[in-house]
Amino acid sequence: MATNNGHGNNGDGRGPKTKGAGARPEDLKVVGKPFRKVDARSKCVGATKFADDISLPRMLYCKILRSHVPHALIKAIDYSKALALPGVHAVITGKDLPIPYGILPVSQDETALCVDKVRFIGDPVAAVAAIDEDTAFDAMNLIEVEYEPLPAVATIEEAVETSEPRIHDYGDYNNVHKTVHLEFGDMDEGFREADVVREDVFFYEGNTHLPMEQHAAVGHYDADGKVTLWSSTQTPHYVHRALAKTLEMPAAHVRVIATPNGGGFGGKSDPFNHEIVVCELSRRTKRPVKVTLTREEVFYCHRGRHPVLMKSRIGVKKDGSITALDFQSFLDGGAYGSYGVASTFYTGALQTVTYEVPRYRFRGLRAFTNKPPCGPKRGHGTPQPRFGLEVQLDKVAEELNLDPAEMRLKHLVKPNTVTANYLRVGSMGLGACIEKVVEGSDWKNKFRKLPEGRGFGLACSSYICGAGLPIYWNSMPHSGVQLRLDRQGGVCVQCGSTDIGQGSDSVLAYVVAEILGIDPFDIRVVTADTDLTPVDLGSYSSRVTLMTGNAAIQAAERARELLAKAVAEKLSVPVDNLSFAERRVFDVENPEVGVSFPEAVVLAESKYGTIGTVGSYVPPRSPGRFKGAGVGPSPAYSYSAAVAEVEVDADTGYVNVPRVWVAHDIGKSINPMLVMGQVEGSIYMGLGEALMEEMVYRENRNVVHKFPSLLEYKSPTTLEMCDVFTYLVEDADPNGPFGAKEVGQGPLLPVMPAIANAVYDAVGVRIDEVPITPEKVLAALRAKRQGKDARYGPTRTPSPAWPDPLKVPTPAEGGDGKEMPRVAVHS
Amino acid sequence: MMRLPKFAYLVPKTVGEAARMMGEAGPSGQFVAGGTDLYPNMKRRQQTPRTVISVARLGELRRIEGDGREGLRVGAGVSLTELIEHPVVNRDYPSLARAARLISTPTLRNMGTVGGNLLLDTRCNYYDQNYEWRKGINFCLKKDGDVCWVAPGSQKCWAVQSSDLVPLMVAIGARLKLVSTLGERLVEARGFYNDDGIDYLHKRPDELLAEIQLPPAAGWRAVYKKLRRRGAFDFPVLGVAARVDAVEGGAVSSARVVLGGVAPAPLEVEAAGAALAGSQLNDETMRAAAEACYLRARPLDNTDHLMNYRKQMARPFVLRALQELAQESRQ
Repeated sequence: MATNNGHGNNGDGRGPKTKGAGARPEDLKVVGKPFRKVDARSKCVGATKFADDISLPRMLYCKILRSHVPHALIKAIDYSKALALPGVHAVITGKDLPIPYGILPVSQDETALCVDKVRFIGDPVAAVAAIDEDTAFDAMNLIEVEYEPLPAVATIEEAVETSEPRIHDYGDYNNVHKTVHLEFGDMDEGFREADVVREDVFFYEGNTHLPMEQHAAVGHYDADGKVTLWSSTQTPHYVHRALAKTLEMPAAHVRVIATPNGGGFGGKSDPFNHEIVVCELSRRTKRPVKVTLTREEVFYCHRGRHPVLMKSRIGVKKDGSITALDFQSFLDGGAYGSYGVASTFYTGALQTVTYEVPRYRFRGLRAFTNKPPCGPKRGHGTPQPRFGLEVQLDKVAEELNLDPAEMRLKHLVKPNTVTANYLRVGSMGLGACIEKVVEGSDWKNKFRKLPEGRGFGLACSSYICGAGLPIYWNSMPHSGVQLRLDRQGGVCVQCGSTDIGQGSDSVLAYVVAEILGIDPFDIRVVTADTDLTPVDLGSYSSRVTLMTGNAAIQAAERARELLAKAVAEKLSVPVDNLSFAERRVFDVENPEVGVSFPEAVVLAESKYGTIGTVGSYVPPRSPGRFKGAGVGPSPAYSYSAAVAEVEVDADTGYVNVPRVWVAHDIGKSINPMLVMGQVEGSIYMGLGEALMEEMVYRENRNVVHKFPSLLEYKSPTTLEMCDVFTYLVEDADPNGPFGAKEVGQGPLLPVMPAIANAVYDAVGVRIDEVPITPEKVLAALRAKRQGKDARYGPTRTPSPAWPDPLKVPTPAEGGDGKEMPRVAVHS
Repeated sequence: MMRLPKFAYLVPKTVGEAARMMGEAGPSGQFVAGGTDLYPNMKRRQQTPRTVISVARLGELRRIEGDGREGLRVGAGVSLTELIEHPVVNRDYPSLARAARLISTPTLRNMGTVGGNLLLDTRCNYYDQNYEWRKGINFCLKKDGDVCWVAPGSQKCWAVQSSDLVPLMVAIGARLKLVSTLGERLVEARGFYNDDGIDYLHKRPDELLAEIQLPPAAGWRAVYKKLRRRGAFDFPVLGVAARVDAVEGGAVSSARVVLGGVAPAPLEVEAAGAALAGSQLNDETMRAAAEACYLRARPLDNTDHLMNYRKQMARPFVLRALQELAQESRQ
């Protein structure tokens, strides 16, 4: 149907040139304005249909029996009693869905239901479809499973040392899933140049996303042999691929619709066993099947923040400039791969994009343990090292007697440069961010100047605006947008992107409305339906605004061009004279000469036929050419700085955070209200990670999750929320739509280290791990009183066998992004 | 989602009818008022009554009568929100209103009742989990199992008294009216609780808690302090209730300090009361009382926060409670 339907990749890999980047802010009518979200009213009045709201005729309900042992072989499953229960329509086990899957091609290590082995308490073993939830529940409890227990692996140390049993029969060695060793530049030289060398050990406890909405899905295998899945997922495209694989169906016969999400935060980014299970149960029963997970099951889905033990060795000169950074991270991955290999690389990727790090070495290790699998949570793999680095820099500043804000300001990465590990930084607004929070918080009169018990701390961070590479290797666009204009002036935007509350549907409407000069609420947005919408890779890695935004700009500009040509012909004015605004297309020199937007569509359709255009986006190619260069590159990097104020009760150890000042380099706000909402939400989540949230297990009681409930998994209530002063720094990035960068994840990152640094300012003790609980604060205060090291935190890391380093000369050393040939060294 | 097991639901119109229904239901019957404690427990299969008798709508249980002069009678079915907002309670028994305000969240206080709070099931991180989770540890003494995971050698259940009102009621000498088909009886709150996480009430299952009677308000003051991780929602993992009697010429004639959240029953620390009696509330006596509480508090590892931390917190929490009382007496 479409004309002017060029392919999105314009050859140089840089995506479309945006109108946005060149547009003057005063010309913008929609972008940069605080419009409400396109779906806000439905959400506010409770009319939005989430996955669990779906009810289809003859629908069955599914319950999943989960392992209650942490590690065991499945010897036998007897479900005859369950199947005999009146109202039960089907029971399936691992044998019925044996094909492995997983989000990453390198770790296809899950099955929808465990085939011969369970790997953590909560691993799915069998599933029931019945006429109602109560019957399904009763049937589930009638299934008998005989297990042969295996010793459980509960910690990173155990995983490194335990050769048998192995949780998986793949991985680097023992129960080590993955090791990484990258070296950029001459480290010895770097540390020789240093005036001060510090080594610190940090620990970041695991935590989970805690979305309000529990995962839910409805599978419907219809009479024509095609299956539709409605699911609260962030990544319908990857779910689509996993369903086709595991159900052994042509992808063309599988449709995935992502329903509105009641919160994702990364926890709905994997294809999940329950999504596959309801499709299979529907195929067997020929009826729609729904599953709604309990809160406890959501804790078992997890894929949340990896617990990470870190050792950071840093060399600095007297002026605070970094000469070398040698960083090690140890990740407790849980029972499956999930995004873990990417998470491992991310714990070593972004240390270099804030302050100049001329030489850099990273070693990372991910362990398999018998716990729910970890994966991506907001900030994916980067909050942990960022916490370590920013606390370490606070210690460096004190050791050198420098103001930590000024020290950071002096050594920022310069815009438009390539880092030692080959990340290309474009726009870089961190300096402005630091200045904003320093001024806003009255930092200079507060830091180290407040009475005992009150303190200020500062930290900074950066995050990617979309991963530079897709999850499975291909050279196709990362995001596609299709635009359909009808002769009555209606505009429909179709895109595979998934609105998880961040407002991506609204961004599509704003961008298209801006370019076509119409009202964003006139636009129909159809998203996240694999039958109707072009592929977008999903709502992860803070990629959607930048990538779908650029794709939408391209599609809208192509439509605009068709309309402009037709209108120019009709009005006999030059095409370049035409402007699109206020639902009109008119001559800028004689604004009364023009046509309404619907008339413009009629003219275009009369001239060209049905009007539809497409746009797509491919990120620029990264300069890194070494193995492992795939994690970290991004079209742009966002920057944040935060100052936290704390009050520490020295009798109880309680830390109260009354205020946080945060500045975020957004490039350009498509909608400043939504940007501020993301910033404030990040602060809220950050308070939880900093002070109380922990995903912990009872190692001596079968590695059972300590408290999988909303009551006992402590996350802040509104009463714990602090006042937030938000500053948006707008320095348009040439790769962003209208210059926009990400905001969904970056502003979370500085919160935890800023609070830790503020606690030190308040009471003079270092808490080198999160959460910063009252117990830890009191222990550190006691150590201080006793004249011991005034800190709480880990003191040592394992010393595993690391692979030989992959050595890559830095750009400053004349490197070309490729690794040096490995030379065998014999001692 | 988690589903309730099946049960018969009865709605009596009078207290007498409620007592009769319970008599007929026998051991598988259970009273419910707000349901904020019982229904989650039922979803987790901790309690599976076959007959649930709702007393939520009994007008007789929803009255607040009397005042600080004659004493106050609070119906067990009064919601926590009604208690908090009641003008006489706020005027004559402000410590009670303040303690109730610390319970859970506003929405749960709208449903939860005073009586329900006083009868709150004891709590434990090994017990307040759903059936599947408890299966993972092979259950526990309090439900379906034979080991107390908190103290594996113990024959006794160590689930924790977790009501915010109980320590205060014990401290101020409240009395509780119980009704059954056998008639009424009045018991002291102080003797009502048993130091066993399973058999934690000196109450027959068929007895209905109908009314809470508070002594006249003159001549004593009380305070309640609560340790919890967050400013809302959380149960106390240490509660401190303190009452001091008639201060004549500034001297305390007698005092009672009761700890909650550290044992299956509220723990009265007599040494703390003794330390305070006979002299003014001063730094020395208050510290002595706090130290006595610290020595007696022996929480185990079955709630939020580390157990040693909860024990340590007895000192500052008792001290702060008493300082607040001293402050008030100076005003």
